[in-house]
Amino acid sequence: MTFLLGSGAGFSGDRTDAAIPVVRELMRRGQPAALIFETLGERTLAAAHRALRDDPSAGYEPLLEELLTPVLDDCLRHGIAILGNFGAANPDGACRVVAELVARTQRGGARIGRVHGDDIRARLSEIDLERWEAESRELPGEEALISANVYLGAEPLVEALALGAQVVVSGRVADPALFLAPLVHHFGWAWNDWDRLAAGMMAGHLGECGAQVTGGYFADPGCKEVPGLARVGYPIIEVEEDGSLVVTKPADTGGMVTERTVKEQLLYEVHDPANYLTPDVVVDLSAVRVEQIGPDRVAVRGIRGKPAPQRLKTTVCYEGGWQGEAEISYAGPNALARAQLAAEVLRERLTFRAPPELRTRLDIVGHASVFDSDAGDLQRSVPAAASGDYRLRLAAEHAERRWVERATQELLALYCAGPAGGGGVRRQFQRRVCTASYLVERSDVEAFAALFDTTLFETKMANERRVAHGAR
Amino acid sequence: MAHADVNSAASLRAKHAVALHRLAHARAGDKGDRLNLALFAYEPKHYETLVEAVTEERVLALFAHRGASRVRRYLMPGLAGMNLVIDDVLQGGVNGALNLDGHGKTLSYLLLGMSVTTEDDSL
Repeated sequence: MTFLLGSGAGFSGDRTDAAIPVVRELMRRGQPAALIFETLGERTLAAAHRALRDDPSAGYEPLLEELLTPVLDDCLRHGIAILGNFGAANPDGACRVVAELVARTQRGGARIGRVHGDDIRARLSEIDLERWEAESRELPGEEALISANVYLGAEPLVEALALGAQVVVSGRVADPALFLAPLVHHFGWAWNDWDRLAAGMMAGHLGECGAQVTGGYFADPGCKEVPGLARVGYPIIEVEEDGSLVVTKPADTGGMVTERTVKEQLLYEVHDPANYLTPDVVVDLSAVRVEQIGPDRVAVRGIRGKPAPQRLKTTVCYEGGWQGEAEISYAGPNALARAQLAAEVLRERLTFRAPPELRTRLDIVGHASVFDSDAGDLQRSVPAAASGDYRLRLAAEHAERRWVERATQELLALYCAGPAGGGGVRRQFQRRVCTASYLVERSDVEAFAALFDTTLFETKMANERRVAHGAR
Repeated sequence: MAHADVNSAASLRAKHAVALHRLAHARAGDKGDRLNLALFAYEPKHYETLVEAVTEERVLALFAHRGASRVRRYLMPGLAGMNLVIDDVLQGGVNGALNLDGHGKTLSYLLLGMSVTTEDDSL
């Protein structure tokens, strides 16, 4: 029987109403199904660790409650398992939120599974790390270290489902493993059934970025039209026991599923398509084919698998000093020359107002920015209109906050002391996180699942109900 | 009328330059300081043009100003496309770059601005 994988979110900061039509469709179909929230990027994990350091009850996905509230009760009632890496740096904290939300549905509790073992920060010094992904940095010292998390595979997630978990909370796992796990649990696929595991991983790869496979991040007016982008439907992946899969989306939603939308997502963040590394299988996409088999239905075929890698990717996050940005606009006649003069003035000021090791970059938005080098090669070589609407942007980085503040304050001072007609200054600065990737031996990682003890919350909620009742 | 026919027949055979954007679509993805650009022909008949025009050397030259050190091209004929993997092009990557777009997400359109020659007069 077909298993349905619905995507409820594709990154931290994604639409919090996206899961509603997906769950509605899963209920309508009445087939075995799971709903996946992928909300954990490299940067989000570092931010979560910082939040946890400042507040022991924080450190999980900040939007968790908003994401789950509209769909939790429906999923529990219809046996739709929820899996999410929304535990981030604090899966226990996320379990507590889920437990409270469940208690509010007055269903009398649900089994919440929690994955352990991705956080290896405490064991970092004893583990043999091998460089990966052309990283050239040394491992940071203990004082700069923020986090070290292994990308776990689907096994501990399957373990949680086998314990009867209705909601599975994890920290760092390979994103597509969240989708593979319910398939392995449902179909009973073997851990060396490489072709099926590869198909399941690709179901995850296609679904993990939410709308990116259903017409999101795709529209280019006049070339690639997408209907109803404001109400784009998030993906549902239909998977059969033999690993064949179809990408589709809920009825009555915007967006579209075409061979083109699926192809763009198929290779997203992939390097060698014949060797796409995941914790559970090496995926070979060299013979992959996509075929439109109906409106908003695309079949993906020819996915093959090879034995899983011996080592697991680990991301280490550490303090990277401070980064700041400041911007000022120049518009109308001769705006380009005024923006360029502002840049020159700022550059000269910084030679004597900031230390030489301050790293800076100056863009003129509207002329050359995101495509440019840090040195501004395109700004010098690409022509632009003399009159227009330009925005000078300074970005600065230093180990100490005061120099980043100073640099951005120098841009602010262009208001009164720079060229004519500058306006709309914005400034901001924040701590910077650096990341490096390593590989750890599988045998060094101890991943497992356990059910979260919810009795505490049931008691607490019961007490609150009693208090509320007594007050009336 | 006869002249017009001759002209259009000639232009069918003549190669002319267009932006890659006219015949292909692309998406960028990042991992660390490495960028991948997945590039696909809208029509399978233009796949060979992509293979001819979008070489590792030309892509490296297009991204040279950003410090790109290496380009590897993986052809995907079954998808009428290719995957381009570019090393050291993200100025430090999402956590290290001073660029507004540290992910390099916009760079798919730097590639699509590349000029290619085609015999297809409809482009």
